[in-house]
Amino acid sequence: MLIPPGAPHPFPAVDQTGPVRTRPVGPRALLAEVADAGTALALAEWARGVGVAAGEIVPGAATVLFDEVAEPESLREALAGWTPAVAPAQRGVAEIAVRYDGPDLAFVAEVWGTDVAGVVERHSAVEYVAAFCGFAPGFAYLQGLAGELAVPRLDSPRPRVPAGAVALAGAWCGIYPTASPGGWRILGSTDAVLWDQARDEPALLPPGTRVRFVPA
Amino acid sequence: MRAELTVLEAGTLTTVQDEGRVGFAHLGVPRAGALDAPAAALANRLVGNGPGAALLEVTLGGLQARLSVGRWVAVTGAPVPVLVDDRAVGHDRAEWVPAGATVRLGTPRAGVRSYVAVSGGIAVDPVLGSRSTDTLAGVGPPVVAAGQVLPVGAPGDAPRPHDTPRPRPTGPLRVTPGPRADWFDGDVVTALCRTTYTVSADSNRIGLRLDGLPLTRLRTDELPSEGMVLGAVQVPPSGTPVVFLADHPPTGGYPVVAVVDADDLWQCAQLRPGDAVTFTPGRPPGAPRGPRR
Repeated sequence: MLIPPGAPHPFPAVDQTGPVRTRPVGPRALLAEVADAGTALALAEWARGVGVAAGEIVPGAATVLFDEVAEPESLREALAGWTPAVAPAQRGVAEIAVRYDGPDLAFVAEVWGTDVAGVVERHSAVEYVAAFCGFAPGFAYLQGLAGELAVPRLDSPRPRVPAGAVALAGAWCGIYPTASPGGWRILGSTDAVLWDQARDEPALLPPGTRVRFVPA
Repeated sequence: MRAELTVLEAGTLTTVQDEGRVGFAHLGVPRAGALDAPAAALANRLVGNGPGAALLEVTLGGLQARLSVGRWVAVTGAPVPVLVDDRAVGHDRAEWVPAGATVRLGTPRAGVRSYVAVSGGIAVDPVLGSRSTDTLAGVGPPVVAAGQVLPVGAPGDAPRPHDTPRPRPTGPLRVTPGPRADWFDGDVVTALCRTTYTVSADSNRIGLRLDGLPLTRLRTDELPSEGMVLGAVQVPPSGTPVVFLADHPPTGGYPVVAVVDADDLWQCAQLRPGDAVTFTPGRPPGAPRGPRR
């Protein structure tokens, strides 16, 4: 469910010093390199806000792709002077009810030096932000876990991860919108519908959405 | 009489396609759309459709379909024998198909993908502004199957059955530098352009996969996920490139060394496994688009 924005939230650290570097991606696209996912999200939100003329504005883990750009050279100049001075527009908080019953709970507990209850507590204590989407429609890379809680992926992916699986890879958290193969460490499951192409906003967690997990 | 197209045989892979859906890559949605865009545009023009009308993309022929109402039909792209009931009709031209008649596509003599446009267009419900099937993530209408009944729209403009298609020049795929050329040894675009590749059998609407001399990576670490463009020449750890086509993932973690010129991508739609592929340096950034010199 979506809750209107209210109190300030711990937006991911924006750590951008110096001009944004751009790399050409063929004749009609630019890749802007920034410090981290938080800065990428801030830059992408800024670009949408000011109406940068591009067919696609795609934040990544430390980049923003501007595709189908009418005037790449003027965009390059505009980006060079950008600084993340203005806080990006805040979106509501999505609360995701999770059953912590995943097959990798014990593994994550061992990596984190705690028990299963400790995993649930730490995982649900954090406010996450959907930094970018990829892998599948509506699959948001959720940032918020501290770097020291990073967990390795499975050595060989599971052939089928069910829809609604809540999982970790590195310090990212993600929720599988549909059943698919996957190598992330599964903590639990949710009934939330991450992707519904019949909805006005088909993705439950578009970039910029804040996310909280609530133990079910 | 309701206007519809009943699919009797769907061949290897037939999908509904239009110009694709742009503007949803940040949600993880591939663009999709006709792989050979000029051939699809010609088919629509021939039957009097607007450029955004949906048509059928038929892989290696084999489609058989019956129209419930009389409509203009044009088949373009990979040249394929076409029968309307038992009458052989031409390629790259509009043919009147009477109500109840069956259109049958044989096997293409060359190329891979043929386009079948019907005046009025295939009128399945659009998803996120497009009727295209995306085969990577399953956005849009399902892959066409035998027995399926596809709605056909109301014809708009008069057909242009005498449109004279221009021959399409084929040649090396023109490339401009990509964002991660510096992940490779030496001048990787030059190395790419000096190598003759062959099309791998596992090529599809997602990518044209190539076999050949691997490019040498300097860095073997994982690239943090970043946005990918249509035509991106991505190099996975194997070192052999993949050209991203319409159903490519919107983000990826392998370096992109070059980008194929949009005007040359249609060729990728028509290359068969085993065909030779070469690249050549393309227009510099900022140069106007135009016909091949």
